[in-house]
Amino acid sequence: MAYNWNWQVFLQPSATGEGTYLSWLLEGLKWTLTLSLSAWIIALAVGSIVGVLRTVPNRILSGLATAYVEVFRNIPLLVQLFIWYFVLPELLPVDMGNAFKQLHPLTQQFFAAVLCLGLFTAARVAEQVRAGIQSLPKGQKNAGLALGFTLAQVYRHVLLPMAYRIIVPPLTSEFLNIFKNSAVATTIGLIELSRQAQQLVDFTAQPYEAFIAVTLLYVAINVTVMFLMRALERRVQVPGFIGGK
Amino acid sequence: MYEFDWSSIPGAMPLLLKGMAITLEVTLTAILVGIVWGTLLAVARLSQNRLLAFLAAGYVNLFRAVPLVMVILWFYLIVPQALKAVFGQGIGDIRLTSALVAFALFEAAYYSEIIRAGIQSVPKGQVAAGLALGFTPGQTMRVIVLPQAFRNMIPLLLTQAIILFQDTSLVYVIGLSDFFGTAYKVGDRDGRLVELLLFAGAVYFSICFTVSRVVKHFQARFSQ
Repeated sequence: MAYNWNWQVFLQPSATGEGTYLSWLLEGLKWTLTLSLSAWIIALAVGSIVGVLRTVPNRILSGLATAYVEVFRNIPLLVQLFIWYFVLPELLPVDMGNAFKQLHPLTQQFFAAVLCLGLFTAARVAEQVRAGIQSLPKGQKNAGLALGFTLAQVYRHVLLPMAYRIIVPPLTSEFLNIFKNSAVATTIGLIELSRQAQQLVDFTAQPYEAFIAVTLLYVAINVTVMFLMRALERRVQVPGFIGGK
Repeated sequence: MYEFDWSSIPGAMPLLLKGMAITLEVTLTAILVGIVWGTLLAVARLSQNRLLAFLAAGYVNLFRAVPLVMVILWFYLIVPQALKAVFGQGIGDIRLTSALVAFALFEAAYYSEIIRAGIQSVPKGQVAAGLALGFTPGQTMRVIVLPQAFRNMIPLLLTQAIILFQDTSLVYVIGLSDFFGTAYKVGDRDGRLVELLLFAGAVYFSICFTVSRVVKHFQARFSQ
């Protein structure tokens, strides 16, 4: 197998005339990071609410939260993405659906991908939040209630501050997953990293350079996130609990 | 309001079943190869041999750092060229082969982490006792440690299998017609994408939800 390595391909001006192929990679990196970080905000917010609801003493609320988790965990991410992207605009009232379809294609793709990735990861975050709350001794909640806190205050001042600190390590792995899962957005045409890898193959005919560069960028994201989260873990770990000393 | 028309699904059943067969083929191959190769990786990672442990850790960490989509694309690039180099021209559809290889090697990295944790959950005294009874380290691992480790791991291995089953839908990126790919194509062909996508979602949900219930049931029985 004779393969002509040509790493300088990244410095060549791109086929569209704007910038080099390296700038395509950076563009992809930018979208991967934007998509993942935006989705992570949704995942943390929705996941916290759903996770808390799973533990409250109200059958209906905890039932709804359980249903949310089961639905989002048992349907493949790709299918969910296609449902957000292709199905939702059809099921909305006609005006809204049409308004959505008239948006810039990139806006449509990004909106669907953020919503999909955020709500998908929220189900996983919710499970961690629930596990964190349930790992606390029952006495903590009872002590809070006995001191005259309302249930909401017990969650706000007693349970959640502890739970969040305990679940930092498992959340780290969900945070890493969201970057990897963001690659699924390539299927609806969003120009994130793995899309750019395929585009570079089509335009430059140097598949190995393109794939190696993109793979290294993903590894770099992974290492950076792991490094930052380790630092966070050390700061917040609770003595006597998982990860604590 | 959107008017649903589910009529294209019954006629597409044979195609959809064929797609499901491919989904299951990829899933089962990845589970089998993944567990065997994953066990070897886990044992290598825990071995006294520094080089072996380092190589196994590198393999696992690399596969776990890269998105599955990229892994599938990588193997779709490598496998056809490797096959061409070995068998010459005239290979049939290499997409399935590429997907099988990609999923098997990718899942092995994830399985090896579960198996490693399982091996480490077996008390050290078991190893010491095995060695004291005159078993070689290899025999101790095979006859004493691994059987106990696998018993502890069964729920996690099955949960991983459910995730894998869902992930196989990503072969869409190389155009392989698994269950999801077929559903998409039928929907696109008949202009009934909404119905076919919702149907596919419902099918995945029923299968995964049922299996996860069964796993939970097992877990409750095992932990008694």
